[in-house]
Amino acid sequence: MTITTDHSQAKADGTHSHGLVSTPPNKSRASRPHSFDVAQFPMPTGREENWRFSAFKTLTPLFAEEPATGHLEWTTSELPAGVTLADVDSADAVARSVQAPGDRASALAVKLSGGAKVLTIAPGTVVDEPIQITMNGTGGDVRGHVLIESGAGSEATVVIERTGTATYSEFVSVNVGDNAGLNLVMLQLWETDAVHAGEVTARLGRDSRLRGSVVTLGGKVVRLNTTAAFAGEGASVDLFGLYFADSGQHHEHQLFVDHAVANCRSRVTYKGALAGASARTVWIGDVLIRAAAEGTDTYELNRNLILADGARADSVPNLEIETGLIEGAGHASATGRFDDEQMFYLRSRGIPEALARKLVVRGFFADLIHEIGVPAVEAGLLRAIDLELEHVND
Amino acid sequence: MSTLIITNLHVTVDTPEGTIEILKGVDLTIESGQTHAIMGPNGSGKSTLAYSIAGHPKYTVTKGSVTLDGDDVLAMSVDERAKAGLFLAMQYPVEVPGVSVTNFLRTAKTAIDGEAPKLRTWVKDVKGAMEDLRMDPSFAERNVNEGFSGGEKKRHEILQMELLKPKFAILDETDSGLDVDALRVVSEGVNRAKQNTNAGILLITHYTRILNYITPDFVHVFIDGKVAEEGGPELAERLETEGYDRYLTTA
Repeated sequence: MTITTDHSQAKADGTHSHGLVSTPPNKSRASRPHSFDVAQFPMPTGREENWRFSAFKTLTPLFAEEPATGHLEWTTSELPAGVTLADVDSADAVARSVQAPGDRASALAVKLSGGAKVLTIAPGTVVDEPIQITMNGTGGDVRGHVLIESGAGSEATVVIERTGTATYSEFVSVNVGDNAGLNLVMLQLWETDAVHAGEVTARLGRDSRLRGSVVTLGGKVVRLNTTAAFAGEGASVDLFGLYFADSGQHHEHQLFVDHAVANCRSRVTYKGALAGASARTVWIGDVLIRAAAEGTDTYELNRNLILADGARADSVPNLEIETGLIEGAGHASATGRFDDEQMFYLRSRGIPEALARKLVVRGFFADLIHEIGVPAVEAGLLRAIDLELEHVND
Repeated sequence: MSTLIITNLHVTVDTPEGTIEILKGVDLTIESGQTHAIMGPNGSGKSTLAYSIAGHPKYTVTKGSVTLDGDDVLAMSVDERAKAGLFLAMQYPVEVPGVSVTNFLRTAKTAIDGEAPKLRTWVKDVKGAMEDLRMDPSFAERNVNEGFSGGEKKRHEILQMELLKPKFAILDETDSGLDVDALRVVSEGVNRAKQNTNAGILLITHYTRILNYITPDFVHVFIDGKVAEEGGPELAERLETEGYDRYLTTA
């Protein structure tokens, strides 16, 4: 067994804090309530553990139990045989969700969405081409409930792209069947005034593989709370995240990997860049290794690159271990300023400042982008990052 | 034929203890094709001279001038200096994660020439220069300086010098930390680049050993931020036997 805690590159400027400090040791991540009953989640104050880093004021409308009138326009690529997209009513949607919502915003999203969209990949279906879904907002309040069901033994890639603008809360249930492989890519490419709070909960069946990539570039506030829970042995999850916050943007990514059963593997790799004085990012990575989860192999990593004075990145890794009989568990977190020496080195070779910055930031994200595994998305991301860099310090 | 002229150069650096003057009036003229060795004890300001010419933001020039064929180098940005024909081989080259050597070299060449190199000749040039420096082809796919050994970093610096073809190259302790074999390979690279482009070389070193492989036309002894003595290659031989004590006791 190895347990590693690598904070060697963390800067002691308040941008990194250790999990043991932030979570009272007697309160496990697993003790948080889950319910479809909104009444189980009193109106938050912003001081709760799961909201205290959030852009709470901007998210407030998502805690109100009022009907939402807007909607997102869904556009999908042509669905291959064995893949269907359907609407189901509330009762069905609740019954088919892998877990109940974990906070007030997502409980309300389920209650007020009036049913769910269900993307189903039939058992045994193998799809080579990515399944593309675009959700475009045209303004207004929107509540959403989405189910993704990968049948046993299926293999597919699903790319969900969010564009336009909305004040949107959602609950996404992902059910990865036994021995299924799902590559799920969620792109938050909202316009700059969008507000988005999402809870994504994945259940992994025996021997299943989930590769979940999250890319957050747009929006005024984006808060994604992702859970991956192992339900069967031999499963593996890779969670990748890339965020790039400019001035006025608040990007928050919370993660929870629940090793409830034995012999599962998890990797969490999130990287963020902050450009602009009021750019703000939050990364909270919780990993729980329950007593039954012998043979667990887990590692989580968060890196932040601060490109402008005044930007703030919070990074909070938490590791709870209830059994010593594991393969390995570790985490690493580091937040660094843009490296002047790298810039000098590149510029001393004739490379102009803007291009040098582009090279360094592309380099920072390069390995992560190549993990997404969808060539069109990877190429688009490199272009998007170049665009972001054109207005650094604006 | 180009000329790099350093006149009465004064340079300060800010430290937690306050501003310290490191260069206290340096005069130096280098012509194309000449090799000048700058020798001196640690802390005498040799590296400060190198970084000041290249434009590192840590150093402030308070007096004096640096001109390249009459153009004011100190008025140029760091990348403009490189485009004007100056090159600094660094003592501690910096890692750039995620940027491959291939990509880096092509980007730098394009920036310096103002146009992308012709692909076929460029690939051949890079391959040839790497072979000459006994660098494995896999090196090209690695990230810049990431996980490089000391010798690999120095070879990579000289590789850039050979490919970017500067008018003047400043080698900041390129010989430090190299074993004899690596020193020979690196020195051959410097000599080759000089032969091919008639570059002027400013060779900064703490040791005389590299002068067995690269013959200087002039030797300048740096003591306390100034040139204390100048001469030909024979001065280096004298330093080899006597060391720097002679200057330090009289200083």
